[in-house]
Amino acid sequence: MSAIKAKRLWKEYGDQVVLENINLDVPEGEFVTIVGASGCGKTTFLRMLLGAEQPTRGELLLDGQPMKGEPGADRGVVFQRYSVFPHLTALKNVMVGDELERAPWLGRLFGRARSEVRERALEMLASVGLEHAADKYPHELSGGMQQRLAIAQALMKRPGVLLLDEPFGALDPGIRKDMHALILDLWQRQGLTIFMITHDLEEGFQLGTRLLVFDKVRDDPQAPGAFGANITYDIPLEKADRSLYREISKTVGSRQGAEYDSAQVINLETRK
Amino acid sequence: MKRLINEKPGRPVGVALTLLPFLILLLVYMAVSAVRLADNPADKLLPSVLTMGESIQRLATEPNRRTGELILWVDTAASLGRLAIGVTISMAMGLVIGMITGLIPYVRRTLSPLVAVLSMIPPLAILPILFIAFGVGELAKVALIVFGIAPFIMRDVQQRVEELPAEQLIKAQTLGGSTWQILLRVVLPQVFPRLLDATRLALGSAWLFLIAAEAIAATEGLGYRIFLVRRYLDMEIILPYVAWITLLAFLIDLGLRCVNRTFFPWYGGRRDA
Repeated sequence: MSAIKAKRLWKEYGDQVVLENINLDVPEGEFVTIVGASGCGKTTFLRMLLGAEQPTRGELLLDGQPMKGEPGADRGVVFQRYSVFPHLTALKNVMVGDELERAPWLGRLFGRARSEVRERALEMLASVGLEHAADKYPHELSGGMQQRLAIAQALMKRPGVLLLDEPFGALDPGIRKDMHALILDLWQRQGLTIFMITHDLEEGFQLGTRLLVFDKVRDDPQAPGAFGANITYDIPLEKADRSLYREISKTVGSRQGAEYDSAQVINLETRK
Repeated sequence: MKRLINEKPGRPVGVALTLLPFLILLLVYMAVSAVRLADNPADKLLPSVLTMGESIQRLATEPNRRTGELILWVDTAASLGRLAIGVTISMAMGLVIGMITGLIPYVRRTLSPLVAVLSMIPPLAILPILFIAFGVGELAKVALIVFGIAPFIMRDVQQRVEELPAEQLIKAQTLGGSTWQILLRVVLPQVFPRLLDATRLALGSAWLFLIAAEAIAATEGLGYRIFLVRRYLDMEIILPYVAWITLLAFLIDLGLRCVNRTFFPWYGGRRDA
């Protein structure tokens, strides 16, 4: 478990401001979902949490310590695609984390050490429902199974923080529901702090304990890069109600087009 | 009737279509050769298939009167040996240098432009330099092959490494991998089948450089023999030799493809992973 704190965080590329003055305090064990129009810096924020991108100003603290400037084993990640190694079977994909840790020169284990890691990897595979696919290569797995595998692979390192970048964006609705159940279960059992980007507002509302909305507060049509996005809503989700959903759906949808049109909101209302 | 782009041949038709142009070529050759030979039985330009068969059989089974060697096999062994050494060295250099230039930005900035410039030098233009520097022995011939194809393989491998999704490298780091471990367990296994593909493409050039080097200075080898008998317009040896070289090249290519399919079962499906 890890807590994350952002203090006056800025990210700029040249004179294009992507994020401006982000302040955030996330205690450990929180499940943060992040929504926002495309191009508003959600992924940049996640990449900074990951260490793949450095803030231009401000501080990012992990458990009170400044975050290292590169990705590390304390933060796990699952991307929408390319999260697993195509040249390794499912089982080996899950084993590789432990192998790297215990064999600094060869990156491979043999004999007893190997069978220990194998045991643990098989348990992990079973906990995401992939025990029958241990010897399959990723290209032989469906999209949902690949994402399960990616999650299992990341969780083997027992990271304090798990970062998810639209992990279920490419999956069918039915499979997505299964994945939600899986991730909630793992989150509770392992006590993870989770940040998840999603473009599906409903998913964001259902899944998290806290919802962040990234949006540009100021916008200069003459200079679109002059102002960056900020966190416009920071909502503890137990207290959220439908009117708020409708309000956010407007800001998120304003630049994303038909994806969050009013029909979808009405649909959701009636279902409730 | 479907559009032409949607019409696909079935298996027997496919095989027949593949063989068809070869058969036509062979028949045309035999016809033209027969016409010329009927005109002038001593014609050397287009020998009959039968004469070529006899002469290649002689080279393959009868010891040479002067040296006592079976010339075809001596030539083949010499050429394949040079090719194997040259290609293996090129692959090793290509793999190592391609991987580190692809993965490590500091090395890329240092070596990548140099490799790009080296690969622009026409290898045959420096053949004289190689002969002067290394003498006319084996070393110069192997060096020409290496000089000719190693830069290409290096650049190809480097590009393949750069094409690895950034997500994979980040993922490997979140799994605790060091630069060395990532090189060993993420980059190397994924790049190896691509190295074999690059080698397959480079083999054509490798043969070119081998034969060029043998033509200029050698005492045995397939290229040496072809250029030697050219003086006597000995088409009945040249043509079978060319066919033999083509067959060897085809078999090597096939072999490399099989290695890829057998040892890297994930390679074909990798695109959608």
